[in-house]
Amino acid sequence: MRFAMAIDTKKCVGCSDCVVACQTENAVPIGYCRDWIVEVNDGTYPQLEMEIRSERCNQCSNSPCVRCCPTTASHYDYGGIVLVTKHKCIGCGACIASCPYDARYPHPKGYVDKCTFCVHRVKEGLPPACVAVCPTKCLYFGDTDDSRSEISQVLKKRKYKRLIPEAGTNPNLYFLI
Amino acid sequence: MREELIISGRMNPMVDPTLNIWHWQIPLYLFVGGVAAGILFFASLYYIMGREKKYPAAIKWAPMLTPFLLIIGLGALFLDLNHKAFFWQLYLHIRFESPMSWGAWALLVITPLSIVWSATWMKEVFPGWHWKYPILEELETFFIKYRFVIAWIMLLYAVILGVYTGILLSAFNARPLWNTSILGPLFFASSLSTGAAVIMLMAKSHLERNIFSRIDLIMIAIELFLIVHMFMGFQASTQVQIDAANMFLGGPYTEVFWIFVVLIGLILPAFLEVLELIGYKIPIVITSTLILTGGIFLRFIIVYAGQASRYLYE
Repeated sequence: MRFAMAIDTKKCVGCSDCVVACQTENAVPIGYCRDWIVEVNDGTYPQLEMEIRSERCNQCSNSPCVRCCPTTASHYDYGGIVLVTKHKCIGCGACIASCPYDARYPHPKGYVDKCTFCVHRVKEGLPPACVAVCPTKCLYFGDTDDSRSEISQVLKKRKYKRLIPEAGTNPNLYFLI
Repeated sequence: MREELIISGRMNPMVDPTLNIWHWQIPLYLFVGGVAAGILFFASLYYIMGREKKYPAAIKWAPMLTPFLLIIGLGALFLDLNHKAFFWQLYLHIRFESPMSWGAWALLVITPLSIVWSATWMKEVFPGWHWKYPILEELETFFIKYRFVIAWIMLLYAVILGVYTGILLSAFNARPLWNTSILGPLFFASSLSTGAAVIMLMAKSHLERNIFSRIDLIMIAIELFLIVHMFMGFQASTQVQIDAANMFLGGPYTEVFWIFVVLIGLILPAFLEVLELIGYKIPIVITSTLILTGGIFLRFIIVYAGQASRYLYE
């Protein structure tokens, strides 16, 4: 099992509903976020291009954060999801510095926090909160090891890119282009 | 002309707009850890070589400082942690892939060793010193008997500590400035140079000061070579590393790096050491202070600039 997410950049309008849903579902402290919107404007008027992406932790298959964690607090969990065990985390910040996507942050309580793909919901068969609320249905979540899953089908049909693959992290967020 | 505008709806404290997770604690620790590693390296090396009479400052006096340096370093490391109540988790796991982990274990070995090493020389450094409890006297005779073994273990761990301070940073490929294998040898050379500077400061005999002056000169030459080499490597690498190098070649860190690290911390003390070696009288305090200042600036600049260097993706 290998959980992944596909984000359709042609459908995303950058409404930030996924961000708010995540903050509500996971009680993310005020001023912090586990997922965020990136808007890229490219070109010179009148030839302009825009891409909007809903981004979060890439749940990498070769995670530098898991590698550099001195206490095994950062680890691979259910379906390859990278999680942080709060009571093992010493808050040294190594994983935060190791992440090329800057997806992690120090929680005000001291431990390091990040997107969990809403593992508590996924274990019950529900999609992550961000996927569930997306008004344009631009987020696809599922198991890429299962060729019949919706995400596998979408990735077969559509062109996609991944962010900073050259960092060698083997990320599991696919941006449909 | 191509214009590009990236807007991100993320503003996590200590992460955005640029990473700011490590503050003064980490560079301070890298510096004092480096100085301690340098001193203990020379102490154990020259003890093994049997130069006890010739280099008392290196073998007996300067190591007296190392327990304090290492404890300051450990304190700084502890202050850096955000989840302090769980620091003991470090010592429940051995993670070879994590430099942070084996650094923590190396400190757990070398700090007690430095205390034992200093304790065995107490009576020679402070004549009239006597241990309060008879058990300490017995322990002292025991450790003096095995001084040679302690020296060998200490030599190994001094190298590990000195190199580790650089590898801690170079293991992060997310920060292009740190992601160079030159950083390990560079920080080790700097730790030997700063360690030699402390020994020079404490040496009473002209002979000892002279030899450590020479050693220091070689270390400075190696550091200069490695710095040039590092920037050459960056310039021949990927765009993110070219950008990282440009922070020092015209970017925001240019003046502070080339003036405080290279000019004041390396070239000027090297010049003074050469003058001293050809016979001029140069107060050793000036040379040593310059070298130590350069060492501090090197750590602070690399740690702060590294956090500002990153992958930027379209």
